[in-house]
Parts: sequence; C-alpha cells; structure tokens
Amino acid sequence: MKYVLVSDPSLRDGNHAIQHQLSEEQIAAYCRAADAAGVPIVEVGHGNGLGASSLQLGESKTPDDRALRVARENLKTTKLGIHVIPGFATIEKDLKHAIDIGVDVIRVAAHVTEADLTQRHIDFARSKNKTVFGVLMMSHMASPELLAEQAKKMESYGAEGFIFMDSAGHYLPSDVTERVVALKRELSIAIGFHAHNNLGMAIANSVAAVEAGASMLDGCARGFGAGAGNAQLEVLVAVLHRMGYETGIDLYKILDAADLAEKELMSVVPTIKSTSVVSGLAGVFSGFMKPVDRIAKQFNLDARDIFFELGRRKIIAGQEDIIIEVATELAKRTQTAPVQARSV
Amino acid sequence: MNPRLRVGIIGSGNIGTDLMIKILRSPLLESTIFIGRNISSPGMAKAQSLGVPTSGESIAYIQKYPDCCDLVFDATSAKDHEYHAKILEKLGKIVIDLTPANIGPMCVPAVNLSESLGAKNVNMVTCGGQASIPIAYVIGKSQKNVDYIEVVSSIASRSAGPATRINLDEYIHTTERGVQKFSGAKRTKTILNLNPAIPCIDMQTTILCKVDQPDLESLKPMLADMVKKIQSYVPGYEVIVGPIIENGRIVVMVRVKGLGDYLPAYAGNLDIINCAAVAMAEEYAKTWDTYSQRMDNT
Repeated sequence: MKYVLVSDPSLRDGNHAIQHQLSEEQIAAYCRAADAAGVPIVEVGHGNGLGASSLQLGESKTPDDRALRVARENLKTTKLGIHVIPGFATIEKDLKHAIDIGVDVIRVAAHVTEADLTQRHIDFARSKNKTVFGVLMMSHMASPELLAEQAKKMESYGAEGFIFMDSAGHYLPSDVTERVVALKRELSIAIGFHAHNNLGMAIANSVAAVEAGASMLDGCARGFGAGAGNAQLEVLVAVLHRMGYETGIDLYKILDAADLAEKELMSVVPTIKSTSVVSGLAGVFSGFMKPVDRIAKQFNLDARDIFFELGRRKIIAGQEDIIIEVATELAKRTQTAPVQARSV
Repeated sequence: MNPRLRVGIIGSGNIGTDLMIKILRSPLLESTIFIGRNISSPGMAKAQSLGVPTSGESIAYIQKYPDCCDLVFDATSAKDHEYHAKILEKLGKIVIDLTPANIGPMCVPAVNLSESLGAKNVNMVTCGGQASIPIAYVIGKSQKNVDYIEVVSSIASRSAGPATRINLDEYIHTTERGVQKFSGAKRTKTILNLNPAIPCIDMQTTILCKVDQPDLESLKPMLADMVKKIQSYVPGYEVIVGPIIENGRIVVMVRVKGLGDYLPAYAGNLDIINCAAVAMAEEYAKTWDTYSQRMDNT
C-alpha cells in the first residue's frame, strides 16, 4: 500500500488564527492527542516559525524555547518539527538552540522566488543529522517551471524533501497537478504540498497532489490556520484511507484529537468568509484583509475590487502601502466611468 | 590642496560597484583599483567603462602590488573579510569593512564619525544598521529605560546579491549588536524581508521601541536634528511615519531612496551603507597627512 507522510502544523499555523497566543497547556494537550493518534510529525511554534515572535508579526505568548520543550516532553513517537524562515531565525540565535532541545524535523522556508536564502540553514541542519525539508511559500506566484527551478536549488543545498505551499489558497486541482508534474521532472527527493482552503479546495488539491506523485501532505486539526484555514487534518486522513493510502494514523484517535483541538485551542473554527473567497481567487495574501476593508470604506469602494486589482498587480505580503495607491486609482476610474457611459 | 587619497575596492558585486561610482564623484578620494574574482562580471564591465583599473585576482592583487592604494573598502562577504582583514593589517592598509564581519569598531557617521577615525579596520555595520542606528541612538538619548528595539527592513530582491543573501544571519546579528550598542536597549531584534515585487520596492526600515513611558516631545527635536545630519551624506533618507505612539510603543519608519548610481533608486540599501563608507573614507582623507605620519612613527 502506498504511504503518505502527513505533517501536522496545527500548533504552528494555528497560532496565526489566535495572534500567536497558544499556551504551554494547550501545546501539551494537543501533542499528547496527536502522539496517541500516531501523527508522524507535529510542527510547533509562532505562526511565522522559529524566531518570528516580534512587534511586527505579533509576540508569542509561549516563547520558542518553552513551546519546543513542552512539545518535546509530550511527544513519544511523533516527531517534533519546526518551520524556519531565514530573515527571522538565525542559526546561532535560534536553530542551534532548537536542535539542542531535540527537534527532529526542520523545514526551511522562503518566498517562492528566494530559495537561495535557505542554503546555510539547510546545510547546517543537515550537518546536525536532522531531517531537513525545503519549503517555498506563496508558490502560485511562480510558474511551474520557476517553482521547480527554485526547488532544485533546495535539493542541491541538501533538502531531503520539498514542500510547496498554497499560501493564498488560490490553486485548483489542475494547478497542483501541473506543479507536481514539473517538480517530479526536476527533483529526485520527496514532494509535499500544503493547502489553504480559501476556495474550498484544500482537500481536493491535496488529493490532486498525491495522485500526481506527491508523498507528503500537511493538515491541521479542524483546519486550524490563518484566514480560511488549512486542509482539515482529520478529513484528509479519512479521505486518504478511503483512497487506499496508508498514513499510520488511527482514525478514531485523530478524530478525538480534532475534537480536543476545537474545544481547547480555538475560539472559532476557521470558516471561509466572503473576503477569504475573494483573496483566494485573486491570489492575494490573506493578511491584507483588514487594511483592505478599512481603505475600501475610506475611498467608498468595494473591497472585492481592490483585492482583484492587488492580485492583478501581483502584490505580495509586506506591500500593504500599495493598497492606498490601488484604491486611489480605482476611485479615479469609477468617477470617469459614468461620463463615458453618457457619451455613448 | 592635498592629492586625493588613493582607495581600492575589493568585491565587484552590487555594493562594490555602486561604491566605485560614488567615489568617482568624491573630491577627496581617487579610485585606483577595482578588484573582484571574475573579470567578466557586470561590475567589472562598469568599472572598465568608467576608466577605473580592474583586477580579477581578488586579494592576491593587493599582496602583489601593495602600493596600489592606501585605503581598502571590502565589499565581499563576512567570511571573505575575515581572511582579507589579516592580510590587509599586515600590509598596513586602512580598511573600511562593508561586510557584516564585525571585526573593527562600528561606525555610523551621523553618530560617531570623528571617534571612528584612527581605527585600522572600521566596520560599517549593515544597510539596516545605518538606517536604524541613528534613530535608535536618539531614542536611547531621549527615553528612560529602553527595554526593547526592533528593526524591520524591507529591500528589493534585485538589490540583494549572492554575498548579501549568504550573509543574512551575520546581517541580523551585526545589526542587533549595533542597535544595542548605540541605544543601550536591553533587548534588540532585527528582521529582514527580501521582496521580489516588480516594480521594485524602495528600501524601508521601521524602528519599533518599547519603553516604560514614551516621551515623544523629547524625541522629536533630537530626531529632526539627526535626520538632517544623515541627509548631509545620504540625500535620499527621509522619515515617512512618526515618531508616533502606536499600541504603547514608539514607531518611526524611514525610507531610503538611492541616487540610482549602479542600480535604480529603489536600492537605497546600497546608498545608505556606501554613502556612510565614503563619508568615513573622506574623513581619513582630510587628516591623512597627520594620520600617515602617526602610522609611520609606530
């Protein structure tokens, strides 16, 4: 039977949904439940990964050191994973210490066009005999060929597996298939996929990934993650089993873990809000939701129009200042439109 | 008037090439050699087109021809600079280090230009450090009990060459050390974002600060004076937000537009460190007679 390696970032990505406020008790409780269910890898930390607690991105309630120690104490067979973005976490300050605490799996991540930033972190983690995967985020912003070229760099740095993330929840199954095919042509390492659910496609896209030859998938309990949420872990496991894939995860126990997550970790279960649909469709980072809503009101515009224009211009996270520029432009256009209509 | 101080550049990437163009404008400096590893790189071609002598022999060229220059700018990488620094020290060259190797004392011209004079190896911290440290310094001077300062910089992907990328960790550590040293903050943190957006984004740096009781009235005049000082050597430097108190913390955001010498104006990260390095070298040039005599006597 074919095996899919399931990785569970509920205790990392889920932190985005609650301003990085997961407590030691919550981490301990969920780790025990995931471990009992036989989840292969649990990822723990700030939403943006190791070393990312900051005024800019939000401060973690539980510092990296405590979160990783608590997770380590509560995982017996499940491996402990971390998400590491160079630019936030450094080898000296953060990665060495995490390795001392006993993390097993290190996923080194970058924006889809910036793979070369990960070289030293990947190299270092490999030199410590850790399992190391490369991750590229906002992958829909690159063509399948460019994605494969960037992934190839990570393989050359020593990554033992590669995961591409649909950070805006933009993909349809055919987009995912096309990318896995391109990646398989270039890479000899395992390929994985991390789905977001803005268009309700997270499970379908995950299925497309494994059917095209991916062997690793990410899922979060109840979809616990930023915005519309991620692929829902317990659903993913059930679907994979029904398709005849082996995951090593016990269905009843992962359903129990998801129930526990709903009760203990989240104030609201992620749902697909109207703005989530539009940002997914436009391929815009979900963190833009609040400023877009605010600026749309100020300029008397439809927030949905702003999202589509931002998507057309390929605006990425960190460029929040462009929203005002786009709004100014759209406001001008709506003023001139009626005049043109009359002259026809 | 004294003859111009003869300076060499080692490192023919984005930083080194932009620096060379700036030196050609300096009335006090003469660019006598531009050194890289690859004679056919775009930086080399630029130097040749401007009539600056070039070499692809790296540090070996200076070892072979030690009289080629009196002062060396190192715009390679932190690791390479550790190797170069020892050689250049033996050769008695003054070194202005633009890598985050952090060997010599740190110089931020708006804060400590004259005190930095006299060191044989001067470290120019980082682009983010040059943008943020003057602000952190006036925060340290005007506020009591500075608990924490965070510096977040965004630069265009195209402005970050291979050495900058490989030195991301050193960039963070050196910037954090610099911010701490000049502000006296108990804790510091640095974040760097590389943004691939087209058209390219301007360099922007945000300084966020936690203090017991924020005092904007004391900060404002000191900040205004400091910004004027920085603008005297980095014309494209401006405060675009603040100082404001947001969520209980002091926020200042600056934007650095470059002069567009090698890369277009978005690459303010090249300008801010290179303008600082030129300011430092010119300070040596002004006092070179007394300085070189002092060196001869020791």
